[in-house]
Amino acid sequence: MWHRARHIWALLWPPAGFMLLVLGAWEAGARWGGLDPMILPAPGEIIEQLRLGFQSGLYQTHLGVTLSQAMLGFVFAIIAGIGAGALIASSPVAERTLNPFLIAFEAMPKIAMAPLVIVWFGYGIWSKVVLAAVIAFFPVLISTLQGLRATEPGRLDVLLSLGASRAQVFRLVRLPSALPYIFSGINVAVVFVLLGSIVGEFVGARAGLGTLILAANENLETARTFSILAMLAVLGMVLHFGVGALRQRLLFWAEPVTRPPTS
Amino acid sequence: MTPLIAVRDLSKIYPTAKGERVQALSRISLDIAQGEFVSLVGPSGCGKTTVLRILAGLIADYTGNVSVSGKALHGPSREVGVVFQDANLMPWRTAMANVMLPAEVLGLNRKQARLRAQELLSMVGLEGFERKLPMELSGGMRQRVAIARALVHDPAVLLLDEPFGALDAMTRDTMNVELSRIAAASRKTVFLITHSIAEAVFLSDRVLVMSSRPGRIVEVIENPLPRPRGLDIIADPAFAATVLRIRRLLDAEGSTGAPSIAH
Repeated sequence: MWHRARHIWALLWPPAGFMLLVLGAWEAGARWGGLDPMILPAPGEIIEQLRLGFQSGLYQTHLGVTLSQAMLGFVFAIIAGIGAGALIASSPVAERTLNPFLIAFEAMPKIAMAPLVIVWFGYGIWSKVVLAAVIAFFPVLISTLQGLRATEPGRLDVLLSLGASRAQVFRLVRLPSALPYIFSGINVAVVFVLLGSIVGEFVGARAGLGTLILAANENLETARTFSILAMLAVLGMVLHFGVGALRQRLLFWAEPVTRPPTS
Repeated sequence: MTPLIAVRDLSKIYPTAKGERVQALSRISLDIAQGEFVSLVGPSGCGKTTVLRILAGLIADYTGNVSVSGKALHGPSREVGVVFQDANLMPWRTAMANVMLPAEVLGLNRKQARLRAQELLSMVGLEGFERKLPMELSGGMRQRVAIARALVHDPAVLLLDEPFGALDAMTRDTMNVELSRIAAASRKTVFLITHSIAEAVFLSDRVLVMSSRPGRIVEVIENPLPRPRGLDIIADPAFAATVLRIRRLLDAEGSTGAPSIAH
């Protein structure tokens, strides 16, 4: 226990110390260095905004909206990505036919569809859910395809020599074998759903942290904008570690895969 | 008495990428009686793995007749259990769950299969390792799990494709003694593919000698060595004489290049 605590402390103190140092310098710069609070407000002011926001319940409400949109989009992206990947991988003809379109669609910045998606699905949460899901769908699909293609032939032989059905082969070998790949896609997707949610809110929404940022920006309440950005950073980290914990649970048997860049 | 495995005039032609046709097997005939331990030895690339894959039901397009327990074989059979060169365990399954895999695929009664899996794990010397993951087991232990898995659905025939080829020499010797014991204890008919003459002579009642291009059986050697056999039998003059006889046969076929002392 004592050993573990020391270990955690050894991991934590360098980034924590660094953060304190930067915040201290920033605070000093804001108070005595003549930094314009409209450009770069003091950390104290940002924390004050966070306190106010949470005290009034405003931040919780909008955080809840953004988070639900992102999570719904995440779930849809995973289901659709793995499902479509499984369907496409099950048929070489489908794979050959669809591959150029997948590449074209993957290369397109899906975020550019935001205005269109708002027109299609309105100002409520569903347009944001759809946008988040569409953006996050592709990394999951592509990694699922990669994973399903990479099944070790020896593992397949074991199942085939038992006369296993296609469904059994998929469930007992192909899908679990593909999971390490799929998780690298999910790691990207979890960042993308937050991105899709916020950008969707910028383009058109009634609630959510994105709308709060726009409002704060319009009123030149820079400290407020910063406080929301800080929330988003923490939220992103929580989601990232959530996926990491899930990976740990499901992929206890796999060697860690180096994470691809997340944007 | 009809043999358990009967192969008549088995030929197999592979098309190559250039559109040529390579004859992998040419009119192979062999019989294996119930309870017999038969090995097939030959140089690399002689087509012996093709023979095994046909018997395992993994290759269905061949010419000639192959039957197991009197039934023509054109696909996987429940009467056959296969151990491949690599253990091919599912890394996400414990040793026990890996042994249970055929029971799940074949829809056997779980309770009975579990008891049998437990017995088999004990028989292969892995009592107490039921809940270990493959990554926690040594190469030899993984291959023991693979042997137990191949036997869990109680097939009449155990097929082994160079099962210890990936193991170091000392582990390999130990595993051969173990295999001899397991074959006797389980009273299975065993068909072993190997390129190690010594291994074949140590384990088998009969050794089929195969030559390459095209693969055919050039000689059937009755093994004079008494059972049970321990490792000290390799000092027996009859052992050395049998090994030498097979070595000469292979050399005469010109398929092995210069005589070697390996195995």
